[in-house]
Amino acid sequence: MGGIIGYGVYVPFYRLERSAIAEALGGRGGKGHRSVASYDEDTTTMGVEAARTVLGAEGGAAGGAGLHLDGLAFATVVPAYTDKTNATAIHAALGLDAAVPASDRTGSVRSAVLALHDALDASTRRTLLTVASDIRTGLPGSSDEANGGDAAVALLTGPSSAGMPVLAEPIAMSSVTGELLDRWRVPGAPASRTWEERFGEFAYGPMVESAFARALEQAELKPGDVDHLVVTGAHRRVAERFARSSGVRAESIADGLSDTVGYCGAAHMGLVLADVLDRARPGDRVVAVSIADGADVVVLRVTSALPAYRSAQGRTTVRERVTAGRTGLGYANFLAWRGLLERDPPRRPDPARPAAPPSLRSEPWKFALVGSRCTAPVGGTECGARHLPPQLVCMTCRARGHMVPHSFAGTPGVVSKLTIDHLAYSPNPPLVAAVVDFDGGGRYRFELTDVDPATVAMGDRVAMTFRRLYTTTDGVHDYFWKARPAQ
Amino acid sequence: MASKGIRDRVAIVGMGCTAFGENWDRGADDMVVDSVHAALGSAGIGIDDVDAFWFGTLQSGESGLSLSRPLKIDYRPVTRLENLCATGSEAFRNASYAVASGAYDVAVAVGVEKLKDSGYSGLVRTFPPADGTAAGISSPAVFSFVAPAYAAKYGLTEEEMKEVMSRIAWKNHHNGARNPLAQYQSEVSMETIAKSPRVAGMLGVYDCSGVSDGSAAAVIVRTEDAERYRPDPLYVKALALAAGPGTGPIDQSYDYTTFTEVVRSAEDAYRQAGITDPRRELAMAEVHDCFTPTELVLMEDLGFAERGKAWSDVLAGAFDLDGELAVNPDGGLKSFGHPVGASGLRMLYECWLQLRHEAPAERQVAAVEAGRKLALTHNLGGGPGECVSFVGIVGSEPG
Repeated sequence: MGGIIGYGVYVPFYRLERSAIAEALGGRGGKGHRSVASYDEDTTTMGVEAARTVLGAEGGAAGGAGLHLDGLAFATVVPAYTDKTNATAIHAALGLDAAVPASDRTGSVRSAVLALHDALDASTRRTLLTVASDIRTGLPGSSDEANGGDAAVALLTGPSSAGMPVLAEPIAMSSVTGELLDRWRVPGAPASRTWEERFGEFAYGPMVESAFARALEQAELKPGDVDHLVVTGAHRRVAERFARSSGVRAESIADGLSDTVGYCGAAHMGLVLADVLDRARPGDRVVAVSIADGADVVVLRVTSALPAYRSAQGRTTVRERVTAGRTGLGYANFLAWRGLLERDPPRRPDPARPAAPPSLRSEPWKFALVGSRCTAPVGGTECGARHLPPQLVCMTCRARGHMVPHSFAGTPGVVSKLTIDHLAYSPNPPLVAAVVDFDGGGRYRFELTDVDPATVAMGDRVAMTFRRLYTTTDGVHDYFWKARPAQ
Repeated sequence: MASKGIRDRVAIVGMGCTAFGENWDRGADDMVVDSVHAALGSAGIGIDDVDAFWFGTLQSGESGLSLSRPLKIDYRPVTRLENLCATGSEAFRNASYAVASGAYDVAVAVGVEKLKDSGYSGLVRTFPPADGTAAGISSPAVFSFVAPAYAAKYGLTEEEMKEVMSRIAWKNHHNGARNPLAQYQSEVSMETIAKSPRVAGMLGVYDCSGVSDGSAAAVIVRTEDAERYRPDPLYVKALALAAGPGTGPIDQSYDYTTFTEVVRSAEDAYRQAGITDPRRELAMAEVHDCFTPTELVLMEDLGFAERGKAWSDVLAGAFDLDGELAVNPDGGLKSFGHPVGASGLRMLYECWLQLRHEAPAERQVAAVEAGRKLALTHNLGGGPGECVSFVGIVGSEPG
């Protein structure tokens, strides 16, 4: 048997109240809020965070203890780079073996949905990590802006094993492909353009009905047999209308997280599916429908292994992540973070471009936060001093040549020293910087993120998070780690 | 033995120092010509009498050409050097060693920095290409870690710590108000200092040294030759430098309340000069007050105050112009700004004036009149836990 053997999501910290848009621009605004990726996040960094939740602990850059991966796929509508693969940065941040292939499937929501379908299809033979991540933008005042959301999801699929049993098994899949101009975006543009919504209802209706019917037929199910129906699509009305008319019991229709997160594009089907898996019981039949450039349906059966997987220590549910965010983000900040409002820069030089050769030399440090530990014998025991970044000569015993790699990505720490820096360059001033002392040894200076400068304090517990420090004027993203409040 | 020293083997026979400030009308070339010629004039010699030059600048020029070109030096050795904020003092240290070695009879040490042409706030530095993992935090922010650490260790409230910091800035501005070469020549009230807009952590604008342009220079000869140039030279008693292993930022045992490099370089300098009680033997000290908490900690690291007591000494006025040991009688980096390559030699210039009774009466240090004959200069380059530190001592009498 093959299927989903692990899943995890990442929902960024900030929430934009839809009423805040109306306050600035007029109009009705709408209810609820959307999730917003911070200024230092992109689809790659959020993908890393989602994948870390799956691969053994938030945090272990070990690549999942004992896990053999056959491949990593990264899907998004808005890749941080084109021409250069983004999955390689995720691969590096997770500390995966170089022999694991990593590729992108980018450009549209459907890239992500079919990447997952392909992974499920291969799951009896191959263990694959599929990461889908999206940041949804829209021109100010648009429906995409208000109703979009930002999130990432990571799904681990593969054959059942003793350590990693299948949690949900695919029992049917179907697709309908349609070429239609309901939304489009020229590469690099800040937002998509859309045709009027009623055209989408007309065009998509038959596609989704056909794909759904075929999948149920394959699975030998009637609509009334479906325990959880996930319907996702950029057209909220199309999705809701189909769900209502599908014949599935109303109480079995999954909450699309519209009011709390918004439609997260490439990540959305996986996000809502993960939310369903957080609640589903063994034997439940789950149908996930994505409406984007056609319709794609997968039918899954939940196994008896799911409850044990969920109850693993330290696991955070989708709902917990959704409610953990902070509301009250200013609309001007939101626009600035998305590059739609250019602020006067500080009278400081732009940060230097990270150079390719030193970045390659220090890849485990820069991408996976791997330092070094001194194993030199000192007084009958091991010196043990932990260093960030990795050192050649030990700071404690001064021995040379006794260093071994030591990962800090999953190690919690404490804010030992703290400062609010009003002078330094930051895309979102002021920069909050801390001296972080790691549990078990090791110290480094990090930027803090997802913190309120007014309340952050020395002694706060922190965890490490993969972020984009800045992007240079010639388009180089500087990826590194920051510290955020421990959950 | 950390160093043998060259106590009393060389002497300073001339110095020059430009006005420090936003010298929009002077480039680095103009300022080195001004400061070197002022020093030569003070020594009563011409540029052809100089055998070799040590030229310190962080980034306002490169190679000896940045000095030889504006001054039209005719085919003499010119060494350009850099050691962060100790750059000016390094020019002095190395020129002194060259003369002490006997290689040259007359050497000039000169430092310059032109900071105000960049268009940016604060000091702007360029770094070698790197991997982008160093937190892009500013110098004030790095030094701001010191204030809460010191306050916590010695039981000061944030308000008390802020008062101590403000008192240091107040004192240095008080002194700078009596110095026609300073960038800022006005006294500033404690209240204005304490309420100034925050730059980083507890540091307000007035807790930070300014950004300015300037240059200073010194003429160095062997002690036995000194009286051929002037009857009242200064004698070099000690030159010490310590570069640390830079482990503070990565070692949990570092507590941000001391600069070990300063402690070590001060010990070395006192040994060279034969000083055992600096607070009572020195007539004055020019120290690296880049930020007010830096000066506070320096009082302890340099042995001017007991551990944990500098704050109360500061509040008691121990380091005021008329205190037990005048610290930064010229106004310090606080009043002069910090044109990196020039600052160390600017500090030496104040020793030159004070020990030779040439400082204006309103800031002449009483201890000199009372017979003390030694002065100390100190620079710190880098940050807490990872810096280079220079300590130099000069005196108005040999032996």
